[in-house]
Amino acid sequence: MSGDFRRVVARDLRVSVRSAGQWLNPLVFFVIVVTLFPLGIGPAPAMLARIAPGVLWISALLAMLLSFERLFANDHRDGTLEQWVLADAPLSLVVLGKVTAHWILSGLPLVLLSPLLGVLLQLPFEALPTLIVSLTLGTWTLVLIGAIGAALTVGVNHGSVLLSLLVLPLTVPVLIFGSSAVTAAAEGFAAGAQLSLMAAMLAAALALAPWTTAASLRVTVASDG
Amino acid sequence: MSASSGRVAGELLLEGRELSAWRGESLLFDALDVSIVAGEVLQLAGPNGSGKSTLLRALIGLSELDEGEVMWRGKPILRQRDTFHAELLYLGHKPGINGALNPLENLRALVGDPPRMPDPVAAGTTSTALDAHGEALLELGLGSRLDIPCRALSAGQQRRVALARLRLQSRTLWLLDEPLTALDSAGHEWVRRCIVERAATGGAVIYTTHQKLALEGVTTRVLELSEAA
Repeated sequence: MSGDFRRVVARDLRVSVRSAGQWLNPLVFFVIVVTLFPLGIGPAPAMLARIAPGVLWISALLAMLLSFERLFANDHRDGTLEQWVLADAPLSLVVLGKVTAHWILSGLPLVLLSPLLGVLLQLPFEALPTLIVSLTLGTWTLVLIGAIGAALTVGVNHGSVLLSLLVLPLTVPVLIFGSSAVTAAAEGFAAGAQLSLMAAMLAAALALAPWTTAASLRVTVASDG
Repeated sequence: MSASSGRVAGELLLEGRELSAWRGESLLFDALDVSIVAGEVLQLAGPNGSGKSTLLRALIGLSELDEGEVMWRGKPILRQRDTFHAELLYLGHKPGINGALNPLENLRALVGDPPRMPDPVAAGTTSTALDAHGEALLELGLGSRLDIPCRALSAGQQRRVALARLRLQSRTLWLLDEPLTALDSAGHEWVRRCIVERAATGGAVIYTTHQKLALEGVTTRVLELSEAA
């Protein structure tokens, strides 16, 4: 069973690494959006430090949103999805594998780069660990939520707008607690409560999203023909 | 709709009862009974758009039926998905081959890792010996294409990569949707041999094709679907 999981992760990583544009896109988008804020609002350090948590979190959310569309698109086009649905490995396990690979390629680079952009936005050094932890928990949750939307819209023409409409409302709690954790840390307060809630959201998403996504994929494949 | 020739007395594997499916405004098939026993080959025939692919997909729960139920060894397939899937091999119009991966990587993703190789020194072979996946691809004439991304292969070669699964997965029931598309005559012959072998060794095959496939030595039935009404 864990063999199936590893097989899916390895396959998806291999596919993505060979088409570099795919995993670089969200990262480049994240960097560009964040650097636009000092240009648009002005470089006053106090102002930047105050909006930094929100800016970083909104940019991360949008960058992740941009990446969901291709989560199942290729597999749907070439017929791999049908084979996953008919495989003797549980479909939810396959989904979990795909989500993990997707996070490694689009979430992890974003988490790793975030301290640098935090410094750029004058975020106090004390807040950087909280930024990293909150983004790690948050992007994981976002990918799990996004997978449900991606599974529902993968067969739809121009499904990306629909996908955003479906997924955005569900991501609001992640955004609220993520940015408030970083804000608290930047102001010298403890962020433990927010981070615990984010961990709880991740646990709930881990438990529910793979099954929901698997069911959505079955519906999508059934409506194909 | 008619079924021809006598039945072999094998175990009843797949049975669809009173199947009906609509696509939009047209009725593809209505109250159709389909069944297949071990050792049998069933060809679905009919003009384009008569519902062959839909029936094939419906029989394995991939497409929705408007009415009817499909049973595998006497139990509904939806109640025993994992058991059923473990005995099933489906090859659809879309081959399930990723263009960025080479043939070996694609097969590994689809059927899992090949069985462990015997120690090359002990077995007396060279270290460049192929695993089971490589052997199957070699048999299909892709021996020189093992490390080329599949997007650089022709349609027929990609189809051959997908067909290698017939050799690698020992499944009881095969459902092949137009397996001969884009294949040359050597490819036809290879598929024909595989189908005959599967039926002769206690399996069963349901397939669609618009081409001639002379299957000798096995019980073959044809289920003719009429044009959608």
